[in-house]
Amino acid sequence: MKFKRFTIPYILWLSLFIVIPLLLIVFYALSSGDSQNFSTFEFSFASLERFFSSPVYIKVLIRSVRLAVVSTVICLILGYPIAYIISKENPKKRNVLILMFVIPMWMNFLLRTYAWLTLLGKSGIINSIIMKLGFQPLELLYNDTAILLGMVYNFLPFMVLPIFSVLTKIDFKLIEAAEDLGANKITTFRRVVFPLSLPGVMTGISMVFIPAVSTFVISDLLGGSKASLIGNLIEQQFRYTGDWHFGSAMSIILMVFILITMALTSKFDKEKEGEGGGLW
Amino acid sequence: MVNKILKRFYTFLIFLFLYAPIIVLIVFSFNNSKSRGVWNGFTLKWYIELFKDSQVLKALYNTILIAISSSLISTILGTIAAIGIFYMNGFSKKVILNLNYMPVLNPDIVTAVSLMTLYRFLKIDFGLLTMLLSHITFCIPYVVLSVLPKLKQMNKHLPEAAMDLGATPMYALRKVIIPEIMPGIITGGLMAFTLSIDDFVISFFNTGHGVSNLSITIYSMARRGINPVINALSTLMFIGMLILLLIINKRADINNEERG
Repeated sequence: MKFKRFTIPYILWLSLFIVIPLLLIVFYALSSGDSQNFSTFEFSFASLERFFSSPVYIKVLIRSVRLAVVSTVICLILGYPIAYIISKENPKKRNVLILMFVIPMWMNFLLRTYAWLTLLGKSGIINSIIMKLGFQPLELLYNDTAILLGMVYNFLPFMVLPIFSVLTKIDFKLIEAAEDLGANKITTFRRVVFPLSLPGVMTGISMVFIPAVSTFVISDLLGGSKASLIGNLIEQQFRYTGDWHFGSAMSIILMVFILITMALTSKFDKEKEGEGGGLW
Repeated sequence: MVNKILKRFYTFLIFLFLYAPIIVLIVFSFNNSKSRGVWNGFTLKWYIELFKDSQVLKALYNTILIAISSSLISTILGTIAAIGIFYMNGFSKKVILNLNYMPVLNPDIVTAVSLMTLYRFLKIDFGLLTMLLSHITFCIPYVVLSVLPKLKQMNKHLPEAAMDLGATPMYALRKVIIPEIMPGIITGGLMAFTLSIDDFVISFFNTGHGVSNLSITIYSMARRGINPVINALSTLMFIGMLILLLIINKRADINNEERG
């Protein structure tokens, strides 16, 4: 049918704004020279070498991955039970509860992070309560815990929603069958419900891990200047230092980590083809 | 019974965690004191200050301008693309669908810096134009993803019947296909609009000197420390987004009813 040709503008757009930019990043990562002047570019592994030969950068990478993994695990531990509880409610209450989960996500991401600044700050609410009780104010901001808190707060819904949507689709007859065959509640959950919900868990893991490992806003606002993650390093190279080669090299390294995560999690994701945008 | 109380309590704690910061933010936007720990009486002065701040107003103008134009353009391009993709098959369809997923799956920062290198390569000055192009780029995939399911639901024989009865393909498109997939187009457009309003990372990297949107303004204000004007701004933005969400949700309900 003729309508096939309708993709032509989008193919052009995709090539120009998705494919070429990604190739440019690869090109930058594998070259050196003055970032502003293409004629000075030479093929070189200098940027990648610079990254992998410096313990400082490796430490930042490890720290970013560690914080992202920890926040993903916390999101899973906190999120699975709540997704399970909500999925067991009657449809009407269920919709209201899940809508309540979505609402905070619609608040600007920066404002949600900023909100914690007002809660945890030196003269913030938590500290003023502590001081009223007669204790010394605590240093709650500008450490890894604050970053983790910010990550969990921002990304928890990304874990809960996919798990919830898989849990509500589980055929109830399977659970009944398990119970008829003598399984108790715990066995039913362990052997039937949980394995069936794994696709949702995997989607949730990648949806939390990807933004967490690449964030620079949360670490910037809640972690203070000393706490930098790989996202902060990339931001600095592109916004201030101006070494785009090094910045691109780090972007490529970040993408590799994300591709690995997606390869690991997508094995379980059978529904990938088709609807897409499982969040909504 | 104990189990039930435990469940209630857990649900309560999670929602407290989700809402407490937002509620604090909103409550303190009416606080008559710069300090955040103490309540010093009700005031609207932060809202007044907000509307006097020319920087914030300019940013608001840019945000809305970009959101409206990028959502309109991406809705049109995305709908056309979705119809094309729907009638494609085989390998090329898979390639396009996967490329379409790239901006959805790629971390914002990578999309942002890759676009930044593109504009530098093409020697386009950073500013409103680069921001607009970037927003269109990350919005189209969501439009495509919300229109495609509607096309799949459509009875494939409808446009064929129209053309058998003498309609030109364009006429069939206008009179049969577009009306059938309209709910998806509107949902996609609204989604593009909210994504554009909400975006920070991609705008931050692809804006020029002196051009900022609300997110960028909030970021630079927040980095300088606490400012009650941000609280007032966030309250207004939260209410605005809530209204949008209610509209989208209403639409989703209507769609579900239509489906039966």
